[in-house]
Amino acid sequence: MAKTQELTADRSYKFGWHDADFKPIHVPKKGLNAGVVAGISEMKNEPQWMRDFRLKAYRHWEERPMPAGFWGGNIQNYSLDFNDIFYYVKPVLEQGRSWDEVPAEIKRTFDRLGIPEAERKFLSGVEAQYDSEVVYHNIREDLQKLGVIFVDTDTAVREYPDLVRQYFGTIIPSNDNKFASLNSAVWSGGSFIYVPPGVKVPMPLQAYFRINTENMGQFERTLIIADEGSDVHYVEGCTAPTYSSDSLHSAVVEIIVKRGARVRYTTIQNWSDNVFNLVTKRMAVYGDAVGSWVDGNLGSKLTMKYPSTFLMEPGAHGEILSLAMAGPGQHQDAGGKCIHAAPDTTSVINSKSISMGGGRTSYRGQLKVYPGAHGVKSTVRCDALILDQDSRSDTYPLMEIDEKDVTIGHEASVSRLGEEQLFYLMSRGVTEAEAAKMIVNGFVEPIVKELPMEYAVELNRLIELQMEGAVG
Amino acid sequence: MPGTNGSREQPIFVIEDLHVSVEGKEILRGVDLVLNRGEVHALMGPNGSGKSTLANAIMGHPRYRVTKGHIVFQGEEIADLLPDERARRGLFLAFQYPIGVPGVVMGNFLRAALKARRGEDVPVREFRKLLDETLDVLKMDHAFVRRYVNEGFSGGEKKRAEVLQMALLRPELAVLDETDSGLDIDALRTVAEGINALRGPELGVLLITHYQRILNYIKPDVVHVLYAGRIVKTGGPELAHELERQGYDWIIKEFAPAAVGAEEEKRDG
Repeated sequence: MAKTQELTADRSYKFGWHDADFKPIHVPKKGLNAGVVAGISEMKNEPQWMRDFRLKAYRHWEERPMPAGFWGGNIQNYSLDFNDIFYYVKPVLEQGRSWDEVPAEIKRTFDRLGIPEAERKFLSGVEAQYDSEVVYHNIREDLQKLGVIFVDTDTAVREYPDLVRQYFGTIIPSNDNKFASLNSAVWSGGSFIYVPPGVKVPMPLQAYFRINTENMGQFERTLIIADEGSDVHYVEGCTAPTYSSDSLHSAVVEIIVKRGARVRYTTIQNWSDNVFNLVTKRMAVYGDAVGSWVDGNLGSKLTMKYPSTFLMEPGAHGEILSLAMAGPGQHQDAGGKCIHAAPDTTSVINSKSISMGGGRTSYRGQLKVYPGAHGVKSTVRCDALILDQDSRSDTYPLMEIDEKDVTIGHEASVSRLGEEQLFYLMSRGVTEAEAAKMIVNGFVEPIVKELPMEYAVELNRLIELQMEGAVG
Repeated sequence: MPGTNGSREQPIFVIEDLHVSVEGKEILRGVDLVLNRGEVHALMGPNGSGKSTLANAIMGHPRYRVTKGHIVFQGEEIADLLPDERARRGLFLAFQYPIGVPGVVMGNFLRAALKARRGEDVPVREFRKLLDETLDVLKMDHAFVRRYVNEGFSGGEKKRAEVLQMALLRPELAVLDETDSGLDIDALRTVAEGINALRGPELGVLLITHYQRILNYIKPDVVHVLYAGRIVKTGGPELAHELERQGYDWIIKEFAPAAVGAEEEKRDG
């Protein structure tokens, strides 16, 4: 019996199958209006404040034009039809606490993606979202006893209403940008994390976001609060089936890193290339705290994503390590923002991009230093590697420095896959394809080495797979 | 394994009437050379004579186009083969200017190259042992293999790294392109000792050099003089001494091609 269906002949994307047996709990309708927004809130049995938040956000969404200014990758040039999207697809009645409680066909999907195995081996907790809802959620008991909260955001609204209400939408207001408004109106799923003061979560917490339904819109909403002196590493992975029509992923991630805390947020985005990935991510970092984004973008048709770090108090440090890879038909419009709102804050942006087979990468970044934020130190470095004549890379750095007493470094490089390097490696017996892989993996090494070993191996493998599709 | 099919008497390497162009300009204008197994040939010549062009053409650099003639390695025409195909057959080029490859760890690269050369994976323990021994012979710090390929290497380290690769890959024919250049006397001695340790009845060496100096350490069987894209003189070790005493002027006087502009000869280092 065919449980999953192979739709793609593209050998470089091996997550392109979909589960044909999957039947959602309710029959979804395409398109978006205020009634759909209210309906989602109703189905979730939400408190009035959240319902109001959604409806207000929906008005913002309606009023705002598509982004056409500095930020964004010319989405108006694409034929994405927002009326041809399912905004809410509920996969299960009840969330599982053990994998046995997850419906067999859905569990099979996550087995195939290796999630339960990874959970056993090296994770502190796992969340698995399938279309609109989180179908599995678990965290190590010892961490739960220490007061660490790791639940899906819908559950958090019900079980931790005060905490959620205090922070939800405070880092990214619902009118922040067109797609943050959309997410605020129709959000579903995502992670809520609270780490109590001084608690260090030893191994990463991971969320995996899987789209299954065609023309699906996935709008997870994540809120992470790291209390003073705490430490947590959150990792998200995402894949989707390859369909000939468009899907949409538009998440909002808000993070609060309190004094002396450390948060690292790692993304390995590997959507199929029919997915629009329009995501807003932002963290506020307080005194002597460290907030870092490791943002790997390999998949999607168009990604618009600029994880931001607001450095709010002296001693705050922010890091953005961005890795983007664009193959045929793909545009990775990625980068990051570091906003220095306080003196003696430091930041690093390190971006590496690879374009090939006609793909396009753009680095779009912002470095802002407010007046009075003296003693700020920041380094921005972006390197682009272009593998062939058909591919393209651009750099759009925005520097707004309104304080004199600062140390700012900025370096950018664009290089083509070097004939001399290829010749050198090939002269030792390795094939051209293997040599190209070595050079590319070497190019991204400074970012990959920041990842936990398991993810580093996975990322190198994904890069190689994508290269086989575009170059081989 | 390469080399088992040909008879021992057959020369390991033959270059016949080789013409090579770079970006449309002819640099080599009919080179002939025969090298037998176990022999060391020195190829000398003034700057711009085409020495590096010959090295690159032998290894198959895509910008060096063979327009006429043959390169025959162990009885097989290799002029149409890709560089990696030549390498796997046992050809090796020690680069004059080895290029850096950021992020590629030396040890991993060496293991991949050895796997390609042998046609099978090399067990980690065997590889480590082989690597450690070779590093000791070349008086190299073992931490060296954790660095990125040629990145931030000093001139001496780069040349040693080339010889290290040669020692691991065990070629049948090694072309050493000015491996002596830029080395102080101690480094030169170490590198030469490393090369001498590899000499044997199986290995052919084509040693390309501008100066006679390295030939005090590595004794050649045959010395060729390349000038204006042709081998104009071949002799024994005494030819190198003669060049050392008299310089290249007499070669230039005797063999200068009247009709050829000096400009294009200067292109080649």
